[in-house]
Amino acid sequence: MARSIENKSFHAVPGVDFPHFCAQCEDYPCVKACPVEALSIANKTGAVIVDAEKCIACGKCINACPGRIPHMHPNGKFILICDLCAGEPQCVKVCREGEWNVLKRVSRGNRSYGLYARTPEEITRDLALKMYGEKAEEFL
Amino acid sequence: MILGYAGKFLEVNLSTEKIKEVTLRDEVLKDYVGGRGLATKILWDRLGKKWEKIEPLGPVNILLFLTGPLTGYFPGGRICVSGKSPQSSGVVGSTVGGEFGIELRCAGYDGIIVTGEAKKPVYLFVKDSDIEIRDAKHVWGKDAKQTVRILTKECRKILKKRFPIYGEWKEPAILYIGPAGENIVRTAVVAAKWAHAAGYGGYGAVMGSKKLKAIAVKGTGPLPPVANLKRVERLIKVVNDNAYEAELWRRWGTGAAGYEVGAKTSSEPVRNWQDEWHDEKSFGVDQFENRVWIKQFWSDFGCPTCCLKVAMVKDGKFKGAITDNPDYEMQAYLGPNLGIFTPEENVFIAALIDDLGLCGIQTGNVMGFAAELFQRGILTKKDLDGIELKWGDAEAFAALARKIAFRKGIGDLLAEGTYRSALKIGKMKNLDVLQYAVQSKGISIGAHGIRSGKDYPGIISYACSVQGGDHTSTAGLPLDGGGSELMEIFNDSGVYCNFNSFGIPRNVRFDFYNATTGLKLTRKEWVSTKALKVLQLQRAMLLFGGPDQKWNPKIHDSNPPRFYDPLPSGPYKGKTADEGRVEKYKKRYYKAVGWDKNGIPRSEILRKLGLEDVDRALEKIR
Repeated sequence: MARSIENKSFHAVPGVDFPHFCAQCEDYPCVKACPVEALSIANKTGAVIVDAEKCIACGKCINACPGRIPHMHPNGKFILICDLCAGEPQCVKVCREGEWNVLKRVSRGNRSYGLYARTPEEITRDLALKMYGEKAEEFL
Repeated sequence: MILGYAGKFLEVNLSTEKIKEVTLRDEVLKDYVGGRGLATKILWDRLGKKWEKIEPLGPVNILLFLTGPLTGYFPGGRICVSGKSPQSSGVVGSTVGGEFGIELRCAGYDGIIVTGEAKKPVYLFVKDSDIEIRDAKHVWGKDAKQTVRILTKECRKILKKRFPIYGEWKEPAILYIGPAGENIVRTAVVAAKWAHAAGYGGYGAVMGSKKLKAIAVKGTGPLPPVANLKRVERLIKVVNDNAYEAELWRRWGTGAAGYEVGAKTSSEPVRNWQDEWHDEKSFGVDQFENRVWIKQFWSDFGCPTCCLKVAMVKDGKFKGAITDNPDYEMQAYLGPNLGIFTPEENVFIAALIDDLGLCGIQTGNVMGFAAELFQRGILTKKDLDGIELKWGDAEAFAALARKIAFRKGIGDLLAEGTYRSALKIGKMKNLDVLQYAVQSKGISIGAHGIRSGKDYPGIISYACSVQGGDHTSTAGLPLDGGGSELMEIFNDSGVYCNFNSFGIPRNVRFDFYNATTGLKLTRKEWVSTKALKVLQLQRAMLLFGGPDQKWNPKIHDSNPPRFYDPLPSGPYKGKTADEGRVEKYKKRYYKAVGWDKNGIPRSEILRKLGLEDVDRALEKIR
């Protein structure tokens, strides 16, 4: 929380802190957008796998993503997309260990996951409105 | 007396103001269980002989409010409203959520049978065995929210006065009708709380014709004793645990389907079913959650799912409209079906429909039908009393809904429901407009299309159902499968919420029934005898019809013509219900449930089920 207040560039509204995860779209716009076929779909989990060797770091998948979720590796040579840790998501594990119990593993169904892919700006806006009501307009 | 039942029924004659308690034989309760099954039996016994002559909106019709043995025990209690339907002229078991059924059982009754017709508006007040018929002049004409508020206040005052030692009373459970029911609109509902409604069947109109504004019940006793309490407790836990696991249901209710069914399975009504696909992300459930929800979880007594949310329009033109978050049917029929794609407008229309006491599904259907006729130039602005009924114009549709509820101008015509108004408009304009009416046997089809083949109803689900277009009672094979009408009869007869039974092991509901009543009922027995009996009775009464409408299975056991047009867009573009396949499937279904090639129940099966009198009565239409 301390970091979120100090670093305002990451958090448009103070105190509004949220996770920004890959929504696991069922139509894979990022994979379709890749010009060099560096992205593929894992058989077991259905998550997107990045081939770091092939990736040219063009950023087309970021623009294709409805939530702008893929991000560049700090060295700027390839892209990072959630691969669900090969079916053992570590984020869920630590959330359970920390007893926050916010994250949960669910099986993949035939649903419109793409609907829940949203940009950080949208999520911030909705969250801030929920937390501060009309006052949120001042922060946004 | 069988365990799990209170054992008494309350019979109220509104003409003579006589109130008496009646009991039914144990065999009847064993065979017909309760709710929809028992309603069918009671109606057949009392009205069956002259069924086709009985006017559903006249004083002879009987209005039933029945519970089942599982009401109050199975998480999510409901109450089944039934009678001769003014829509299909048959029997429809229409259930509504809320505490009414539980309060009624705690008051010591399994159901209320209302006969006759009051001279002036009345409401019924039941407190255990103190029952009175009270004057309802002061609530007649009031909308849903006002009715609930006034009656709750009044009933609590009476109770406090009579039982001063008890202190403050919790509110009684109330079933009531809105202005639409009072004006005998065929798409009126019997409502509970602010926005729960028993919509299919049009029993609000029956209640209005009897001038019965409301029924308020307060029970102070316990629920009837059960055979094996330990087992019942364990089964409640099984159902609850299953419900807690269902993340999707708990978070969004059926509202999650508002986008899903349109975009994914391509079976949502769009502009009166001219299309069944839309990809409007502004209509996604997260948009509802962020823009209109003001309370995330609340539920009726004993329900673990909490699929209800409270929604309010926070700003803009429709600021202040408040109701339950529209569930999927409301989202579809009062949204895309009218060309509306924003949560705010959808909530506004849904709140208005609830206030007027109209059925969201069927009024949405008839308004969509009128809008399509306007689009095609069949109904003009003059016909519609100056309303320009353009797709997506929420205010125009709101004006039309008000006209329907008060039967003013064009509303008088549309208040007859989609089928009857289509016949009348057809006569008026000398055109076949029935092809634009999406209904089956007078009942509007639920918001799950059959053309894409990806949603749960099959191609004969609506065509062969004994409750017409009711999407919670869909015909299909195999008879003991999930999509079969026979299993849905159990939900409506045990009278509990079937949303809580999604995903529970196959036999839990029957175990539940056995543990409650101490009887032994298996899935096989239910499907092969008891449910089939209810189905045949309902079918027979549907075919006898009413004074204004009779159904011929050869003509009316079919899908609306709209379902044979190919889908114009989306991932399933060009798909349609194939007529040849429908006929083939229909033949197989007729054979499985024991109907002859004309769709009339066969003598052999009726005799086998012990329904000789039905067999004799059916002779005249064979």
